[in-house]
Amino acid sequence: MGAKYFGAAVRRREDPRFLRGEGRFLDDVRVAGLLHVAFLRSPYAHAMIRAIRTERARAAPGVVAVFTFADLESWMKPLPLFGAPPPGLAAAIAFEIRQAPQFALCRDRARYVGEIVAMVVAESRARAEDAAEAIEVDWEPRSVVTDMRQAAEPGTPLVHEAWGTNVGVGFTHAIGDVEAAFARADLVMSETFHIQRYVGMPLESRGAVAVWDRRDGTLTTWNSTQVSHFVQQGLAGALGLPHHKVRVIAPDLGGGFGTKASGYPEDHLVPIAAIVLNRPVKWVEDRREHMMSAAHARHQVHAISLAAQRDGTIVGLRDRIWLDLGAYNVWGIVLPYNTVAHLIGPHRIANMRVDVQAVTTHKTPNAPYRGAGRPETVFAMDRAVDCLARELRIDPAEIRRRNYIRSDELPYDFGMPYRDGNPLVYDSGDFPAALEAALKAADYDEFRRDQPALRARSIFRGIGISGYVEGTAIGPFEGATVKVDLGGRVLVATGAVNSGQGHETSFAQVCADALDVPLEHVTVVGGDTATVPFGVGTFASRSGVTAGNSIADACQQVRAKLVKAAAALLEAAPGDIEIEDGQAFVRGVRASAVPLARVVQASIPTFARPGVASPDFEATAYHHVPTVTFASAVHVARVEVDVGTGHVTLLRYVVAHDCGKVINPLIVEGQVHGGVAQGVGGALYEEMVYDEQGQLLTGSLMDYLVPTAMELPPLETVHLEFPSPRNPLGMKGLGEGGAISPPAAIANAIEDALEPFGVRITATPVSPARLLALLHETA
Amino acid sequence: MKPAPFDYVDPRTVDEALDHLSRHGDEAKVLAGGQSLAPMLNFRLARPAVLVDINRVAGLDGVTESSGALRVGALVRQRQLERTLDRRFPLLTAGLGLVGHTAIRVRGTVGGSIAHADPAAELPALLACYDGVVVTRGRRGERSIAAAEFFLGPLMTALAADELLVETRWPVPTPGTGWGLHEVARRHGDFALVGAAALVTLSDGKVARARVAVFGCGATPTLAAVEAALAGCAPTTALIDEAARTAASALDPPADLHASVEYRRRVARTLMVRALSDAVGRAAP
Repeated sequence: MGAKYFGAAVRRREDPRFLRGEGRFLDDVRVAGLLHVAFLRSPYAHAMIRAIRTERARAAPGVVAVFTFADLESWMKPLPLFGAPPPGLAAAIAFEIRQAPQFALCRDRARYVGEIVAMVVAESRARAEDAAEAIEVDWEPRSVVTDMRQAAEPGTPLVHEAWGTNVGVGFTHAIGDVEAAFARADLVMSETFHIQRYVGMPLESRGAVAVWDRRDGTLTTWNSTQVSHFVQQGLAGALGLPHHKVRVIAPDLGGGFGTKASGYPEDHLVPIAAIVLNRPVKWVEDRREHMMSAAHARHQVHAISLAAQRDGTIVGLRDRIWLDLGAYNVWGIVLPYNTVAHLIGPHRIANMRVDVQAVTTHKTPNAPYRGAGRPETVFAMDRAVDCLARELRIDPAEIRRRNYIRSDELPYDFGMPYRDGNPLVYDSGDFPAALEAALKAADYDEFRRDQPALRARSIFRGIGISGYVEGTAIGPFEGATVKVDLGGRVLVATGAVNSGQGHETSFAQVCADALDVPLEHVTVVGGDTATVPFGVGTFASRSGVTAGNSIADACQQVRAKLVKAAAALLEAAPGDIEIEDGQAFVRGVRASAVPLARVVQASIPTFARPGVASPDFEATAYHHVPTVTFASAVHVARVEVDVGTGHVTLLRYVVAHDCGKVINPLIVEGQVHGGVAQGVGGALYEEMVYDEQGQLLTGSLMDYLVPTAMELPPLETVHLEFPSPRNPLGMKGLGEGGAISPPAAIANAIEDALEPFGVRITATPVSPARLLALLHETA
Repeated sequence: MKPAPFDYVDPRTVDEALDHLSRHGDEAKVLAGGQSLAPMLNFRLARPAVLVDINRVAGLDGVTESSGALRVGALVRQRQLERTLDRRFPLLTAGLGLVGHTAIRVRGTVGGSIAHADPAAELPALLACYDGVVVTRGRRGERSIAAAEFFLGPLMTALAADELLVETRWPVPTPGTGWGLHEVARRHGDFALVGAAALVTLSDGKVARARVAVFGCGATPTLAAVEAALAGCAPTTALIDEAARTAASALDPPADLHASVEYRRRVARTLMVRALSDAVGRAAP
């Protein structure tokens, strides 16, 4: 296979339609006779439902139906739960796990503001909303718990009374001898860090359209999801339909970020309404609904201690970690264990003990969001490292030089499992090289030289570093089908949904190289369950590696079939057939070249003759990855702080990263930029805020602040390419990385800028008001 | 997020609009650029029975000058004004540049922003700083209301339910007047957490006139009491700082998700100093 397209900066083939405003998003799906849904959602964080009266709503103009739990009881199956520990992990760690089933509609109790109480179906969305207001509910408010650390203590209100506790996941894990390490250390640095609740906030909200065909019992549903096969499985189970009669199509997605990889009540309720009413039904989540009912994310507290020698060598790590799950433990061990598996990161720390409690509170359920535990754990670790450096009077760059694992130590075995149950062993990379590359690109030494003179002029600039090592591309597989049509053109279908990553371009590059056909001969579709039997979906920085390798595998099989047919057509031995640029020919005899279309056509039987071979130029592959690949990066932020207002300006931002072999550097760079933008949001702007009654105070994008292009600094990316030995294409995952380090790097930079004032940053987002308060506390 | 049902009328003349307003009173809402009203309708925070769309009312979209003031029709878009202002209005030009984003300013009207009276918005504070006037029409005739008397509270003004804001008047500053404008917003285009606008006129190096309007720091844009402290004096750094300190201590700012009372008071002082210093630096001595 030649590498003609792999690695080339091919411009995104999907962009023309997006730039022309011709993307086909969920809300663009129009079907004749559509009905529209509005939901009545709980206004209380915790309350019993004593009665629901829907008569007025049912009688309202344009209303077709109103459904409560009682109305749909026979349809109400528990929503899917995820995150049971795989065998290798369960064998190593004793997890305390509690998961309570959530129903699509509240049965008799609401556990967070935004939980669905009733569904109104009407001729228009406006009519449906008018009717939803007319539903009367007798609520009996109950006591509420919103603080995760308080929720972990006995005697607090319980989210799920049957548990007798709010702890959804609890475990302790240790490697090495942490007691001895702390006993022999010169110094112990302890601090508590808070990472706020912030979320993916895709530009396009969620939504579903469902069409029920009563004639053959087929359900077709478009869903703005990253995981169409998961949605299909959930629906087949819940509705009692054969899988092949449930077709789930993810249309163009305006972002996903993990928010659209969770299982949701609306995924089921919209199809149920379509079946019960035998009418097509549509629901598009509005932004107000999105704020309160799409999955929330992040939100951890780390009470972390580092034990170190005077020279800065970190010899031990203790961390007590709380995670806020929201009202349901949908994702099991995923977030808690991700947090633990990424805590040490690029550092060489052999002794660690963590005590973890993931607790339910009366808030919107959390799910993995771009980084999924890593931004939080990296914030705790990199902030702690900076605090340690300050105490030891060692430069933050130097303390990292002394602690980063060297490339000659790879593969580096932690002696503990990764989240997939396989051993946590870093496969490839060079963390010190990434550190030096990032420092150099950020002109670190020059910055340090100039900093004192600037301070003398009351200009407070700082520089901050954060590094991570990220397990990416979790398996177990992705499905891909490759087929060559009558014209010799190639269709690639995969379970990986394109939620903005440029799959139509990068996967075409993989296929064009593997089959050796022109790029323009390849079409890629993703996220339609009718096109590939089994699939997983796009999340966890996995699609490039899992779908990419499956596509390459399938192409090899198709290529072998083409070679065999071409050999028959050209009357040569298969071993003598070459395929190049969409032509098959006998090696050394260019004049024999025929286009692949001719090979396909010659294989199709005619009245006169059978084909030269079976016209089966199709293959489906499910490449299995042995475990994750480890991508890594070092981020460096440069900031200026206005000490009169607390306002932080980002001056520059550098990312030196390794994602293994790069398919398309343009797309990789775009992914890094997007991730950094969301990380900047976490560092400085974004926070879902609840009051003590569990009311969501950030109900709109006027209150929940997503950074815009205006808030972002110039971004510089340095590509380091250390191929992974764990897949044939040598790739590593990329999607999430950009979002992991910005909170730590930016907070470190702010603290560095304010070093003369002795400010310590222990929480994000670092808002002007919080920063000014810190400056005045220390003054 | 669909509005509650409402009736819609689109009068072509001011008198026709006033007919609707007098008929429906508090039940009616005037729609101009819709940049604040439309979200409030969609959130069902505003539930008018009737929406009186004045976008087709003739004669409200002009910018003229007479008697030493710029007369800006109620329907003049913020972006339109921003692009037509000349060099005599650098403060207003700068302030308009801070109102939302370009797309918002293309729709949003100057009159709408004044009538909406968000205490954190730039235009109400600027009108106060310029010592401007709001002109209204009602069935009983026309009224001219000084900016200082127009803003009564958050989203509350002296405009009666049956009156229409038809014009704002912005006095042309004395030649040589210096200006300053500083605000802290969480992001570009957001409402200010705190802001301060200043106009300073000097005479022989001494302050002849100094007006500072603070926004985001009270129920209405607040004219800071700095003039008395500065008038007739050479505007030294120490004097400006003292005037701002005194003025800030008199503020009664609100607390919200993004800033505390203490933050707003502190930053108001900082921004008043900066705005005044800029204005002094830009003023002809």
